[in-house]
Formats: sequence, structure tokens, C-alpha cells
Amino acid sequence: MTDTLVSLSLIALWSAIAIYTLAFIMFTLDFAKRSAWAQMAAAPAKVGSRASGPAGTTLTVDQVDTTGGQPPKFAFERIGFAVTVLGWLVHVGAVALRGFAQGYVPWSNMFEFSLTATAIIVGVFIAVQLWQNLRFLGAYITGFAIIALGLATVNFYVEVKPIPPALQSAWLVVHVFVAVLGTSFFALGAGLSLMQLLQNRRDAAKIRGMKFLQTLPTADVLENLAYRVIVVGFVFWTFTLMAGAIWAERSWGRYWGWDTKEVWTFIIWTIFAGYIHARATRGWRGSRSAWLAIIGFIAVLFNFTVVNLFFKGLHSYSGL
Amino acid sequence: MRTALFLLLLLAVAAVPGSLVPQRISNPNGVLQYFDNNPELAPVLDSIQAFDVYSSPWFSAIYLLLFVSLIGCVIPRTIHHIRALRSQPPKTPARLERLEGFITSEAPAGGTTSTAAIETARDILKKSGYRVRLFTGMRGDLSVSAERGYLRETGNLVFHTALIGVLLSVGIGGSLAYGGQKVIIEGNSFANVLLSYESFLPGRLFNEGMLTPYRLSLDNLAVTYETENRNAYGFPIDYTASVTKYLPQPDGTERVEQDIVKVNQPLSIGNGTVYLLGNGYAPKITVRDGDGNVAFSDAVPFLPQDANLTSLGVIKVTDSLPEQIGMIGFLYPTAAPLQTGALTSNFADLINPVLSLQVYTGDLGVDDGVPRSVYSLNTDAMTEVAGRNADTPSIQLVPGETVDLPGNIGSVTFENVDPGAAAGDLSNSVPRFVSFDIRSDPSKLWVLVFAILVLAGLMTSLFIPRRRVWVKASDVEGGGVRLEYAGLARGEDPGLERAVGDIAERHSQRLGLRVKE
Ligand code: HEM
Repeated sequence: MTDTLVSLSLIALWSAIAIYTLAFIMFTLDFAKRSAWAQMAAAPAKVGSRASGPAGTTLTVDQVDTTGGQPPKFAFERIGFAVTVLGWLVHVGAVALRGFAQGYVPWSNMFEFSLTATAIIVGVFIAVQLWQNLRFLGAYITGFAIIALGLATVNFYVEVKPIPPALQSAWLVVHVFVAVLGTSFFALGAGLSLMQLLQNRRDAAKIRGMKFLQTLPTADVLENLAYRVIVVGFVFWTFTLMAGAIWAERSWGRYWGWDTKEVWTFIIWTIFAGYIHARATRGWRGSRSAWLAIIGFIAVLFNFTVVNLFFKGLHSYSGL
Repeated sequence: MRTALFLLLLLAVAAVPGSLVPQRISNPNGVLQYFDNNPELAPVLDSIQAFDVYSSPWFSAIYLLLFVSLIGCVIPRTIHHIRALRSQPPKTPARLERLEGFITSEAPAGGTTSTAAIETARDILKKSGYRVRLFTGMRGDLSVSAERGYLRETGNLVFHTALIGVLLSVGIGGSLAYGGQKVIIEGNSFANVLLSYESFLPGRLFNEGMLTPYRLSLDNLAVTYETENRNAYGFPIDYTASVTKYLPQPDGTERVEQDIVKVNQPLSIGNGTVYLLGNGYAPKITVRDGDGNVAFSDAVPFLPQDANLTSLGVIKVTDSLPEQIGMIGFLYPTAAPLQTGALTSNFADLINPVLSLQVYTGDLGVDDGVPRSVYSLNTDAMTEVAGRNADTPSIQLVPGETVDLPGNIGSVTFENVDPGAAAGDLSNSVPRFVSFDIRSDPSKLWVLVFAILVLAGLMTSLFIPRRRVWVKASDVEGGGVRLEYAGLARGEDPGLERAVGDIAERHSQRLGLRVKE
């Protein structure tokens, strides 16, 4: 029974990777189309929203100024998004099957964690569309999912094993789940910040290519969007840190001991606290805070990969 | 802000090195190993506290400066905020059209009056949680000035102040905290006094009176192993230590209670908490000397060496005649021969336990007062009489078996502590031991309380918008009323424009008008 579930889960997983790849292609085609459109538009439409107020807080994401002519239909983007949703459903199926096979939440070793975490990241990406149209991050998110799933399955795969006593705790469920939620928002924030930096460079005429940027929100709008997703991520991360401390107290007898994983969770928290301060510090808005958001997300990825695999610590749960 | 930002980023960077080299606080053995592997580099690193980063002067300096700047920041802001809380919304600006979300509309003559319009606006704003104040402008225009979201700044201040609370609790709590390790063998008990601990780490302000008197006995350690999943055969899936607590009562009696301790499920007792951190086997060994007198009979904790609990232990028989006897033992819970003939264990539970002993005679070196680890044997002044380098090979015993030692110096018995079991069932023949960490940290609760305040303050501060909104009504020539709406963000407020639009719409609806932008 378990074996059947496990192999079904793997089939679903590889299918999800294939579907995401299709979505990724659609999203890149969308960028190509957008570039072509921007090139053709004789008088390039003024991009983005009305000018920001003095505090730079206006947030309207009209993707293209519709007064400039026919609103283009970015069909590839919509197809890409629909395919992403399909891939995600299959992906969630893979997670659920693995969970049933395991008889426990499927995030107690590195393979399962990667499997579930990417599903949550893509899920958050899909869900935020209800709030704002951020589909232009589709290539970034699906690209990320393909790489993460591929690497994890090839390198971290482990058979279903019973949960060691150290991980049998409700805090595993809460702590890890919320950490992944936080990670998802940081991922979106880093994507938006990346776009923001590209927009800045385009505005400064440093890059010629990537004409599609003209069809995306302005750097200011991107910066504000990034801030809004990152503060949500920060709240989750703060909770993760606290839940981790509570679990550590239950499990190891102390709530904080500067174990390597604890250290990195703290470093990430501090970087994003710095990011939030940067946004309120003169001279640090704009590119500098965008870089902080990106560095913060790199630290998150580092914490999961390098720290888990190469640093010694109590969090030796990779299962490898 | 610039200082705070700089110090925050510096703190993040300064925390990195402590994750690259082992730290004494979290991994003392790793530090020793590091010294062995890098004899030249390690002392250099040690001189800059690279193995004690988080208590080093340079790391401490950064976070102390950060908190000084934090206090210097929070105090004036708190004073300012308390004033703001008592103040009224400010005067309506003369020209609203410069502000955010500006909307204007005109009510036709006879529809409404400016007084009625402003009353309605005041009502709506008040119901939406704004603090409101009415003004009359120089040209006779009426306006309502409204502000909301004072809670945002309150949350921010609670957040920052609670951070100070966390730091203070950790600092003060650390000096009152204590912790120690105790190995207890099944059937044995432990009295909570300083002498009973194998190792003990007191905080700066610890005194022995802080140890609540109680006794704790280990009745049984039950271990469950995976036996169905072939990929994880022999995996331990549960450890449950059953204990009996003996708690002295004020009236001089003793309350006796049964309880359990598991990994992830510590036991609160006295003012401390008992954590199950390790376990293993403690084979019971009896040594008789040449005259048949019992020179030693005890269960000896053996240290697990691998996942199948091949365990290593040392037996020191000081009272034997004519010479002291020392033994190095390997316990194989489920023994199986390797190709080489040596033994190994292929399962952690007791299916086929075998004890193998190397025996030495001579001087154990324990009488000179120098403390020696119970887990190591100094054989410098001893002769190997059974083992690889002796004429007699290592002694191998199964539970219940007795073997004579070479040279008529006596005999050794591997006791079966469950002799009544069915034939062939050795599952309880060797006692187990647990290693308990017993700790007390009075700061725990305070840290938790402040942490919850940190989180609550953070969410309040990030998600409650603080904004000002104005509604102005002025009579126009010819009898209509001109209505203006605008807002001002105070801090991040992406929803401002929508909020102003929303108020304008509700206002117009109540007045029966159509808004034009
Ligand atoms: C331990 C050091 C500090 C940490 C971890 C920290 C963290 C944070 C965080 C997470 C926020 C955003 C959430 C909120 O608004 O409540 C924030 C905001 C803020 N912090 Fe700090 N902070 C620290 C020190 C300081 C210091 C020293 C100052 C004074 C210069 C300061 C001034 C502010 C201000 C003015 C805001 C509001 C920014 C805004 O409205 O966007 N903080 N801080």
C-alpha cells in the first residue's frame, strides 16, 4: 500500500514538473510577446499607474495605460497561469499522496520539505493573484519550482521512514509550515525586488533589451508591492522563530542555544528587520532596500540548503 | 534610523561566523575536534572569541549598542505618542486638492446644506473609527478633520519595548538558571541535590537552596522499534521513560506519583523540568575474587556507539584481591558475527545480547585522588590478561552466564536481571539507562510573554493603517454645495486612496449624490 502511494506520488511529482515547465515556457513567451508589443507601439504607453504621491504610497497596478490605444491581450500570460494552476493541483496531489504514505505531515526530511514547500510557494503565488495581479512573476516562480523540485528529487530523495521521536511534535507541524509560508512571501518579495532593480536599470537607460519591462508596473509600484508581501513574510518568520524556540525548549531543554539553524533563522530575521527599517530611512529606499530583500531571500535559501547539508547542528533532520 | 539600520545589518553579519566554526555553547566537542584538526588556526580563532561568538565582547557590543539606540528611540517616541493620543486632529489644510485621493463633487442647489453634509461626514467617519473635529474655514467653508490608526504607533512602540523586555529577561533569567545531567538506570533513583548530578552548570546567581527537594526513580524505559518498514528496520520510533516522583510535603509526608517522560514531552517537577536526552544499556556485572567473595556487582552504563546500540563501557573493580581488575566491555544487543569473526550488532533491541570483555589486572590508578572518567580505563599500570594481546582471548558472555577469569583471580558474571522470562526471551535481561537533563530557567515565562507582545505589536504596527482624512463642504454661488475629500498617509498606507474613495462614496450615497472624480 505504502509503496503504491509512494510511486503514485512520484509520478504526480514528475508530472507536476513537466506541467510547470510548460507554464514556464508560456511565461517566457509572454515576455517575448510583450517585448515585441512594446517595440511596435509607436508611442510607448506610459507605464504603470498615476504618479505616486509624495510619500510614494500610491498603489494602482494598471499594467498598461489604457488611454494609449488598444489594450493588448497578453494571452500567453493567461495560458501560463492556467497551466501553473493545473501543475499545482497535480503537485498538491503528489504532496497528499506522500503524506498518506508517510502517515504524517510530509515535511520531516529534506525531500519532503522541498516537495511541500514548493507546493506552498506556488500556492501562495496563485492565491495572491486574488489580491493583486502579479502574474508577471510566473516565469520566476515556475522556474524556481522546477529547479527546487528537480534538485530535491534527484539529490535528496529518501524512502518513507517512521518519524524519529525527536520530530514527533505538534511544533514540527506548526513551525515548519509557518516557516514555509514566510518563505513564500519572501520569495515573491525577492521576485518583485528583482523586477524593481531591472526597472531601475531600464529607467537609467542601462539596459536596452527586456522591452517587456515597459509593460510592467513602475519601479515605485514594484517596490511598494514588494514591501507589502515582505512584511507579511516577516510576521510569519517572526512566528517561526518563536515557535522554533518553544519547540527547542520542549525538545532540547533550552529555548535558544545558538545552534547553526537558530543562528541562521536569527540572521534572516535581522536582515528583514533591516529591510523594514531601510524603507523608512532616507537614502535607503529604492535599489538599496531591494537588494536587502534579495539578500534576505538568498539567506533563506542558504539556510535550507547549505546550512542543512554542510553545517553541524541539532537540526540534523535532512534524512540523508 | 540610520544607526538602527546600520547596527541591525552589522548584527546579521556578526552572527555569521558563529555558524561557520563550532561554538562552545552548542557544540563543545566540535570545538575540541576543531583544535585537533587545525592546531595552528584554532588558537588564533580562539583569541578573537570565534568559538564563543555569541558571548564575545564584539558581538555583545553590537547588540548592546543596538539596544541603547533602541531605548534612545523608544522613549522620545513614547512621549510624543502619548501627547498625540490626547491631541485632536489637526486643522484642515486650505487646499485639499494637493493631497492624496482627492475627490470632489457638487451637490445641486436645494439638495443639501454644507452643515448637513458635514454632519453626515462626521457621522460616517466616527463610525469608521476616526477621531473627528469640525472646523470653519476663512471663507466660511465647513470641514471635518479626522484621524485614525493611533494603534499603529502604539503597536510599534509595544513591539520595540517588548524587544527590550526579551533581552532583559534572557539576561536576568540566565543568571538564575541552572541545569545538570543525570544518568539513571532502571530501578534506580535520583535525589535532587547538587552531589547527585554528573555534571552541573549553574547560573551566576545560583545557590543550592534553589534545588527543590524531591526524588525521582526510573521504573522502566520502553523503546519501540520499527519492524515492518524494511527501509527503516530497527529505527527507534518511541522512547517512554516511566518514573515515580517522590515529593516531600510540608507536613513531612511524601507524595508518590507515577509519570512519564518522553522526547518532546518533558516532565515538570519542583521548579525544574526533566528532559529525556539520551539512553542506552547498563549491563549488570558481578565479579567474584579468587576466594569467591563478591568484589563488584553493579549495573554499568555503556555508551552507545552506533545506531544498533553496540555499546562501550568500562568496569573498575577496586576491591578485588590480590590485584585490582579493570575491564573494557562491548555489549552487542543483537550479536552477529562478521566475516572476520568479530562481533557486531544488527538490531538495537535485546534479541541475542552478548557481552565481550577485555580484562586487565594491576593498578587502576583511582586511589591517587585524581578524578578519572568512569567511561575510560587507564591501562598504563595494568596487564592485559584476556583480550587480543593476551594469551586468553576476550571473554564472551550471554546473560546469566559466568566465566572464570584467567589465572584463578576470580570469575565474572553477566547477570540476567529478568531470569523469570520464558526461555529464549532475553528482551529484559539487560537494564536500560536514561540520561536526563534537569533544568530550571525562570526567565522562560517572561521571554514568552514578551515574545507574544513582540508579535502582537508587530502585526498591529504593520497592518493597521494610520491616516488622516478630510471632508470639506463649501457653499457655491447659485446655491449648490461643493464637497471635497482627501487623505494623508502617516507611515506605509497603500490603501489610503481606496479608503478616501470609499468614504466619499458612502457620504454621497447618504446625501443622495453622484460622485465625480
Ligand atoms: C533591536 C533592534 C530593532 C529591531 C529588531 C527593530 C525592528 C523593527 C521592525 C520589525 C519594524 C517594523 C514593524 C513595526 O513597525 O513595528 C520596525 C519599525 C520601526 N523601527 Fe525598529 N527595530 C529596532 C530598533 C530600532 C531603533 C533603534 C529605532 C530608532 C531609531 C527604530 C525605529 C523604528 C521606526 C521609526 C519604525 C517604523 C518604521 C515604519 O513606519 O516603517 N527601531 N523596527
